[in-house]
Amino acid sequence: MAIEASLPPAAQTGIAAWLRKHFFSTWYDAILSLVFLALIFWVVSGIWSWGLRDAIWSVEDREACGHGAGACWAVIQDRHRLILFGLYPYEEHWRSTLACLAVIMTMILSCVPLFWTVWRLPILWIVGFGTFVLLMRGGFAGLPLVTTEQWGGLSLTIFIFSAVFVLGMPLAVTLAFARRSSLPVIAKATGIFIDVFRSLPLLTILFAAAVVVPLVLPDWLQGDKLGRVIIGFALFFAAYQAEIIRAGLQSIPDGQVEAAVSLNMPFWSQVVDIQLPQAFRNTLPSTINQAVITFKETSIVTIIGFFEVMASGNAVVGTGEWGQQYVEVYLFLAFIYFIFVFGLSRYGAWLETRMRLGHG
Amino acid sequence: MSALLRSRAFKRGAIQIGFLVLLVGLIIAAAVVGRTNILSQGMATGFGFLEQTTGWTLSFSVIEIGPRSTYTRMLLAGILNTLAVGLLTLVLASLLGLIIALMRVSTNTPMKIVGGTYIELFRNVPVILQVLFWYALLTHTPSPRNAINFGDIAFFSNRGLTLPVPALSGWDVILLALGVVALSVAFRKLAYRFDFRQRVFGCIAAFVALFSILILTGRAPDMPLISVPELKGLRFVGGFTLKPEFTALLIGLVLFGASYIGEIIRGGLLSVDKGKLEAGAALGLSHSQVNRFIRIPLAFRAMLPALSNQYVWLMKGTTVGIVIGYPDYFAVVSTSINQSGQTLELLALLMIGFVIINYSLGFAMNVLNERLKLKGRN
Repeated sequence: MAIEASLPPAAQTGIAAWLRKHFFSTWYDAILSLVFLALIFWVVSGIWSWGLRDAIWSVEDREACGHGAGACWAVIQDRHRLILFGLYPYEEHWRSTLACLAVIMTMILSCVPLFWTVWRLPILWIVGFGTFVLLMRGGFAGLPLVTTEQWGGLSLTIFIFSAVFVLGMPLAVTLAFARRSSLPVIAKATGIFIDVFRSLPLLTILFAAAVVVPLVLPDWLQGDKLGRVIIGFALFFAAYQAEIIRAGLQSIPDGQVEAAVSLNMPFWSQVVDIQLPQAFRNTLPSTINQAVITFKETSIVTIIGFFEVMASGNAVVGTGEWGQQYVEVYLFLAFIYFIFVFGLSRYGAWLETRMRLGHG
Repeated sequence: MSALLRSRAFKRGAIQIGFLVLLVGLIIAAAVVGRTNILSQGMATGFGFLEQTTGWTLSFSVIEIGPRSTYTRMLLAGILNTLAVGLLTLVLASLLGLIIALMRVSTNTPMKIVGGTYIELFRNVPVILQVLFWYALLTHTPSPRNAINFGDIAFFSNRGLTLPVPALSGWDVILLALGVVALSVAFRKLAYRFDFRQRVFGCIAAFVALFSILILTGRAPDMPLISVPELKGLRFVGGFTLKPEFTALLIGLVLFGASYIGEIIRGGLLSVDKGKLEAGAALGLSHSQVNRFIRIPLAFRAMLPALSNQYVWLMKGTTVGIVIGYPDYFAVVSTSINQSGQTLELLALLMIGFVIINYSLGFAMNVLNERLKLKGRN
């Protein structure tokens, strides 16, 4: 039986082959490509004409807002101070700005491997976060005192996020070790605590911290509402982060700890020099993921009456004067969150590839 | 040696007993302080209030409710509202997530771009902001008189989305549900006689038959088959209206949840070993058979733990509905606290409610996981 001659296979390289593979491999593929290309074109051109070409940027021609076809970014120009700083005294905004920059610098620095030791990282955070609180609160060296009730906007969001981290991390480490404890009572109690906190919505915990905890605390222990809410938030964060750290501790080979024991290393040295660095390194991607989730969840404190960036943005829409510009305001808020979260998650992805390559 | 052992055991026991004493002491102290605080504020205690009528009502409820309902019924309505929006979210977000995941793993570049952009956009913005945005958008739509009209049968206005629905009574719905259960049991028994496609078509045909019988016999004589909404004066009559609060919460949660679920499904699909797919192809299975018998079951197993976490998270995420006034369980409890002052009791009920919801969801997913686990060496 003769074998029929067949055509040579189509070219596998070059623009035509690339187009065929990625756009037109079958007839329905071609249709889908055209549909989705049309969709992309429609969205991009819509964003271009609405958001940029026809947009109104300055407050002077505010009368035109809402009548034209384009976005009215004047609302952001008019109200950005409210969105970023909330009710913080107007003349003191520079302090809030500096304080936020200090914490953001701390966040960036803690992404640098140079600081990844058990001592440097906490010290860095205590310094950065301490600067933030001192600058925001004032009350020394001629700086007027600004109470936490007046904190608001993006600076409050950043404060809550970093405070939850500063308090929650040591708590999480403690919980993780307590859950692995060889003392059954402590391990069980920690397990129940973690499970209960993980099965409750964050909102119910914050609500309990704000409204119910004062009922069961003597007056001298109540502190202010923001402090209680942050403690509740930190406990919630710690319950999740503890499980991540526990997974990290479990992934350390037994030999590592056995070697330390045979060298007669003291317990604290085992924890600080051997277990924690490995546990953190192994779980960096999940930890960053948890940070991303926490940053987004700070928006929930809006519901129990704090004026963080989402609440202050929402207030701009709610006051009526700019009520029709809700799309612009919400997009601006989304943009703020997007920058922080996207930056963090990109960094996480970069770390993951770097560690997979073995440079970590 | 034995003395040392005993002293070590003693130390361990002492630490644990000390810990327990501290814990119990703290709880008792909190209870005592709570009691004095409550008594000094003149608040009532105990669960007697559950039988009292509320005097207020909810803007939305899946069960009949009014100002004369008791607190028990109000709380039940809250739980059902949470479950209604939560379960619907799980189903829709899973479907959308599956579509997005398939778009992202395809070789078609424009589809990949759209899928990737979707994920980045919706995952990186807090869900509460998304819900607020959709709510603002829904309430800024025109009034019923100028509603956006979909061929005179569905309308989109600031009252929500109004859809035509089959004119079924509550009993019809219950009968239909029983019928579906009976059918699926019957088809399971007969499974060996038919192949997959015959079973699916059989199920659909039987369901349609049951549905038509019900709709033809179960309605009042002068009622139309399908209740179509009509504009009468300033509002719609007939049909079913999805309230803006419900719709906004649903859209926000579904779009946000789908971005996470999409990534989980994509991870599952990519985790399937390529060799297994090639082995299937080498055995002469068609592309769709490889997908159905090898790829999807394996991927499903790989993604189930992450998926069940995400489901629990979404269920808890429904609590953000309070920001737009959707009366979910949390909202009902917090209104009840304001109205009755029974803070501690209601908070306990709130926590118990959520623990039960999450544990049952987790339990269901675990059962599924056990059923699907690869049997044998593992």
